[in-house]
Amino acid sequence: MLTALITFGLLAAVIGLILGYTAIRFRVESDPIVDQIDKLLPQTQCGQCTYPGCRPYAEAIAADEADINQCPPGGESTILALADLLGKDPKPLNPEHGAHSEKTVVVIDEQVCIGCTLCIQACPVDAILGAAKQMHTVISSECTGCDLCIPPCPVECIHIVPIKTTARNWIWPKPDTGAKKTVAGQA
Amino acid sequence: MTHSGNSFKRSREVSFGKLHSFHGGLQLPGHREITANTPIGNAGIPPLLTIPLQQHIGDPAKCLVKAGDNVYKGQELTKAPGPFSVPVHASSSGTVIAVEERLVPHPSGVKENCVVIETDGHDSGPDEQQNALDYLQLEPARLCELIQQAGIVGMGGAGFPTRIKLCNRKQNIELLLINAAECEPYISCDNRLLQERAAEVVEGIRIMRHGVQPDACIIAIEDNMHAAEQALRTALESASESGITITRIPEIYPSGGERQLIKILTGREVPSEGFPADIGIVCQNVGTAAAVYNAIARQQPLISRIVTVTGEGIARPQNLECRLGTPVSHLVAAAGGYTKDVERLLIGGPMMGYAVQSDNIPVIKTTNCVLAVTREEMPAPLEALPCIRCGKCTDVCPADLLPQQLYWYARSNNYDAAQDYNLFDCIECGCCAYVCPSHIPLVQYYRHAKTEIWTQESQKQAADIARRRHESRLARLERIKQERAERMAKKKRVLAGDDGSKDAKQSAIQAALDRVKHKKQQASNTPKNIDNLTAAQQKKIDEADTRRRQKQSGNNN
Repeated sequence: MLTALITFGLLAAVIGLILGYTAIRFRVESDPIVDQIDKLLPQTQCGQCTYPGCRPYAEAIAADEADINQCPPGGESTILALADLLGKDPKPLNPEHGAHSEKTVVVIDEQVCIGCTLCIQACPVDAILGAAKQMHTVISSECTGCDLCIPPCPVECIHIVPIKTTARNWIWPKPDTGAKKTVAGQA
Repeated sequence: MTHSGNSFKRSREVSFGKLHSFHGGLQLPGHREITANTPIGNAGIPPLLTIPLQQHIGDPAKCLVKAGDNVYKGQELTKAPGPFSVPVHASSSGTVIAVEERLVPHPSGVKENCVVIETDGHDSGPDEQQNALDYLQLEPARLCELIQQAGIVGMGGAGFPTRIKLCNRKQNIELLLINAAECEPYISCDNRLLQERAAEVVEGIRIMRHGVQPDACIIAIEDNMHAAEQALRTALESASESGITITRIPEIYPSGGERQLIKILTGREVPSEGFPADIGIVCQNVGTAAAVYNAIARQQPLISRIVTVTGEGIARPQNLECRLGTPVSHLVAAAGGYTKDVERLLIGGPMMGYAVQSDNIPVIKTTNCVLAVTREEMPAPLEALPCIRCGKCTDVCPADLLPQQLYWYARSNNYDAAQDYNLFDCIECGCCAYVCPSHIPLVQYYRHAKTEIWTQESQKQAADIARRRHESRLARLERIKQERAERMAKKKRVLAGDDGSKDAKQSAIQAALDRVKHKKQQASNTPKNIDNLTAAQQKKIDEADTRRRQKQSGNNN
């Protein structure tokens, strides 16, 4: 009886040690949930979700403080992806935060720009180039279309333009619907 | 690597004519009789040439000309930004009237940047033959550079820059495979090229062989192209070339597809998402060989090509040699114009081509066929019915895919699953849609899915960049804030004088004051001109000193 207890006790201790060691030694670095959520967000940094950027929103979702349907630029596809990741039920986009639209970019009317630098300070991705009392311009390839630069402009020289359809970003129309879907939303 | 010792033997074996077969494929009616037996016509110099700046896969090129410039035939119009790009050239002499967006041959019907040249009819350019190069004297690397400078891309259809296929490879090439299998119905430009200019093609192949240095070189030709094959054999004989063999392959669509052709000749499969060079094979089209000959032997860049202008909607179907940038409408006019019951215009063949809305588009490097069809010839597609899972598409798929599964996934926007089923190995040959009893436009689903995936991919990349830019902006703002806070704190401390800096300042001021004092004292205590004084002078000085001392002591009191 005693032998059996000692044997199994030792066995349990040895196996426990091995398990404990392997748990530390072969630890799998998992992607933290905030990073995973952040990866699914469009990185527009527009703040329409009421959080100051995509990562704060991802943190809020992870902490269960925000719902998954607050991102208008991401639209339905982002909601579905988030629902899939978090095992939640997908729900329609909350209209309080705005409506989903295809991505656009902004351009500065350089004739009108007075060089006040207010838009540069508003741009979350540093896509506007310029200096005080110098003409500003938008690096359109870096513009996320968040439109945050538009309200601060004192002379209303920033305009929203659709992304041009070229042979490179054109999408073949899907047969059954017949509706042409393009990046710029130009049907 | 799977091929080392016996691989050479295998390609030797290949040259003895043992053929394999690929999965699927179709026997299609050829519709080539008229064009394949009519000599190549010349479309002449059109009044306007529209040359798109981007004619190939690769980075956009930088335009070197502006409106008002005079250009000569063969002049470079763009500068290639990297090895994955090739320049475009003026295909005749004249004046650039605009560099602007024009309609280009693309299924989207979008406009792209083009150089528009008003031709002067002189067609003047540098003399062709004057400085012909002896390719054997050229280093293979230099040869590849010249091929790139000549703007040569694959003439078979995809337009992959030839230089990359010939040069950017990591391993030894066993087999240079020349693709003369023109498998798509209606198209006969390679066929006519071989019949009329086999010697040039053979010379082009020899030049490419010099660049690639393969162990073996094979021309694959379909077994119905008798005249072309005969012309090739004659050309090989007269060039006393024994290192290039001709292999006949059965006429099955799409045997001219690169991967399918390699399968037929070697039994090997190009890995998914890989290139033929990965298994030691380089595959080139005969039209490309002729372009290489022109570029090296005649020092002429790629400025013209042969286009099959055919279909029942064309009055005199034939192959036409035309300059790149020639409007399709000009080509059609050169082929006698449209017949009265013409219905649709396609660029490319009936299987892989795409319909265009306007004939006001230019011929580009990859345009092999202009097809104008009548309603009887190619009826409008019937309405798609539900898939009945008959499996016919799977039977004919030459890429050995499961078209039905791809269809379901593409239809339900399940693009990840479509990629798991190797969507990107689909060559869009159209066999599946051809046999589908439910008339489902399968290829269009695949094309939609592919472009959608590309778009999502690029959006993802853009999002990653935006995230990085936003993070570095936040980091910068934080840094600036901290620096400012530090500066403010320092200033405050100085003003408050609680860190010893006040003492230091005070002592510095004191030291300066002391220095000045000391100097002043020195200056006042040592009068000048007191050497070699006479007794009288000395006496006077002593008196003055006494007076001053008395005065000072009087003041002090």
